[in-house]
Amino acid sequence: MANKSVVDFEAIKKDLADLPKPIQVLDENSKVVDQETFDSFSDDDLVEFMKKMVWERALHEQTMNFSRQGRMGFYAPTEGEEASEMGTVLAMKKQDYLLPAYRDIPQLIQHGATVTEAYLWSRGHVLGNEYEANAMMPQIIIGAAYDEAAGVGLGIKKNKEEDKIAFTYTGDGGTSQGDSYEGMNFAGAFQTPTLFIVQNNGFAISTPRAKQTAAPSLAQKAVAAGIPSVQVDGMDILACYTVAKAARDYITAGNGPVMIETLTYRYGAHSSAGDDPKRYRTEEEVKPWHEKDPLIRLRKVLEDKGLWSDEQEDKLVEEYKSSFKDAIKEADEAPKDKVSDMLKRTFEIPTPEMRKEIEKFEAKESNE
Amino acid sequence: MSKKTYIAAITDALDICLEDDPKTLIFGEDVGKNGGVFRTTQGLQDKYGEDRVFDTPLAESGILGLATGLGVQGFRPIPEIQFMGFSFEAIDQIVGQAARMRFRFNGKQTSPMTIRTPYGGGTHTAEMHADNLENFFTGVPGLRVVMPSNPYDAKGLLISSIENNDPVLFMENLKLYRSMKDDIPDGKYTVPLDKANVVQEGTDLTIVAYGAEVNEAKKAAEKLAENNVSVEIIDLRTVSPIDTDTIFKSLEKTHKVVIVQEAQKMAGVGAQVASAISEDAILSLDAPIGRVAAPNSVYPFAQGEDYWIPGADEIVEKANEILNY
Ligand SMILES: Cc1ncc(C[n+]2csc(CCOP(=O)(O)OP(=O)(O)O)c2C)c(N)n1
Repeated sequence: MANKSVVDFEAIKKDLADLPKPIQVLDENSKVVDQETFDSFSDDDLVEFMKKMVWERALHEQTMNFSRQGRMGFYAPTEGEEASEMGTVLAMKKQDYLLPAYRDIPQLIQHGATVTEAYLWSRGHVLGNEYEANAMMPQIIIGAAYDEAAGVGLGIKKNKEEDKIAFTYTGDGGTSQGDSYEGMNFAGAFQTPTLFIVQNNGFAISTPRAKQTAAPSLAQKAVAAGIPSVQVDGMDILACYTVAKAARDYITAGNGPVMIETLTYRYGAHSSAGDDPKRYRTEEEVKPWHEKDPLIRLRKVLEDKGLWSDEQEDKLVEEYKSSFKDAIKEADEAPKDKVSDMLKRTFEIPTPEMRKEIEKFEAKESNE
Repeated sequence: MSKKTYIAAITDALDICLEDDPKTLIFGEDVGKNGGVFRTTQGLQDKYGEDRVFDTPLAESGILGLATGLGVQGFRPIPEIQFMGFSFEAIDQIVGQAARMRFRFNGKQTSPMTIRTPYGGGTHTAEMHADNLENFFTGVPGLRVVMPSNPYDAKGLLISSIENNDPVLFMENLKLYRSMKDDIPDGKYTVPLDKANVVQEGTDLTIVAYGAEVNEAKKAAEKLAENNVSVEIIDLRTVSPIDTDTIFKSLEKTHKVVIVQEAQKMAGVGAQVASAISEDAILSLDAPIGRVAAPNSVYPFAQGEDYWIPGADEIVEKANEILNY
């Protein structure tokens, strides 16, 4: 027996781990590391990016407040992920079709849903799903949206719609689901205009990224499907936007799907339902991520240019929060979702049994 | 009119729907060049092109997710699951996604798809290739389950299913594919969904059956007729929802019923029929409700099928028990 392997598996493993640096425009200290890209943004652009992140942070804070007051249903905190969420969604156009997950509510609103609708969705009211936006409702089943995004992409391609893509999000945990591979593989096989975004925020509920897969990067998971993929600093909105925009341009030019992994972090709990992140991570672990905060990073740049001030930001936050208060009031006024309506929307043509049930419930409801 | 097998009737329906509506698409594993492993889609890719009839990668969840996504983009997909036993891989996309699309979007977005899949025993296939899983899927709100028993119905029900704006699970009986022929109209015709068919009229006993068991019921009825028993046979055709009105009407005449299914007895279609009768039509009956179904084992390996699947003799036996009550 020969004791020397003909294949050097350790070398292959090492090659896999030899990753390119995640794409950045601004580093952790707000230093410009890609001057050319940075110069492509006007001052107005930079201010606009900042406003969007401030808006998302305010939405998060106000929604958490509502949650503490018992006024929300399901809510998944977004604090820490502003650059990843706003950067990618701002690179999309209105005609694009969004397949969001439960943590992608800010993108859904940015893409055309109203805050009122988002709050109604959170509370489990069907009127929260009737937005004008080109979007599916937030997906709860991890991975499912990836398959559907391949389908939406194929539909766009078959309809010969130009300058339009499907884009979808999942988390680090989501990349372990078979469906996420199936979706990317279908998109690759059919060369659909689909953008797959993985927001790697470090945790799937309490399970850390390291326990999710032995793959050195999640972006690598697209390689098996023949899809180009890239890692980007998810705390740098300029990088997230630039990469998403480049991906969109590449896709709309007819080149097929792309996958982007954003390296970001969730500061808070998995959901507002009361899980305590202290059970699975330490303060020391979270702290360096706060230092990379996407708002701080861009704020420094804007302040240096004299484009931003605390007063300006405080005023904006007040405005935003007051609009969220209006939105929740509006949500409070939504008519009650009736059982007879639920029965009516189960099938286009109600079944004979349902027709009887509808009559029964309508009679009951008219007495209420 | 021409004589067509069950499978040819299905191909005919698919051809008509592809011709009629450019938004219909057929896809799945091996449905293109090969025309499907049973040749159900034979010739369709040649006629309509790879854009309309195409092979997919081997992944059922992917196939059904693709259908959901295409539905959202205005298409009318007709995905194929190569064998029903493989539908487990796509349970979320069928049950969790497609079936609830209309409900969750208040009708704004829907999933108008017809999922075609072969099922059923008696052809000695490999494991997981014959399971009749309708008992599973009939419990899903928002999903219709259609199970034709003959070529005429297969064509007419398939066209109705494809034209329907909600998802339909269209189950094609493997054994019937090439074992029976009907004279069927050449052009387009439809058979209504949600509507049972009175296959033969009678006055002494009602047999409620569906799928391949309708033929067993017919054989049983012939044997019973030798003893002057007049049997009314009802073919459910759509097994979810169940057309209880037709059953109740029959019971007012016969006062006796035997419910027959090829699938295991636990839960499912027969149980639902029995429950509906006991809830709303019990006073029509003057004997207990009889049931004939497969035993509650895991679906058998090929060698066990022949005596596991209920046949005409078991129906006759149960019918006599009910008639002599
Ligand atoms: C198919 C499925 N399995 C399990 C769950 C329960 N669950 C909800 S969120 C979650 C973690 C998801 O983590 P990740 O994909 O990293 O996204 P994140 O929450 O971090 O944004 C789990 C296990 C689910 N919703 N769907």
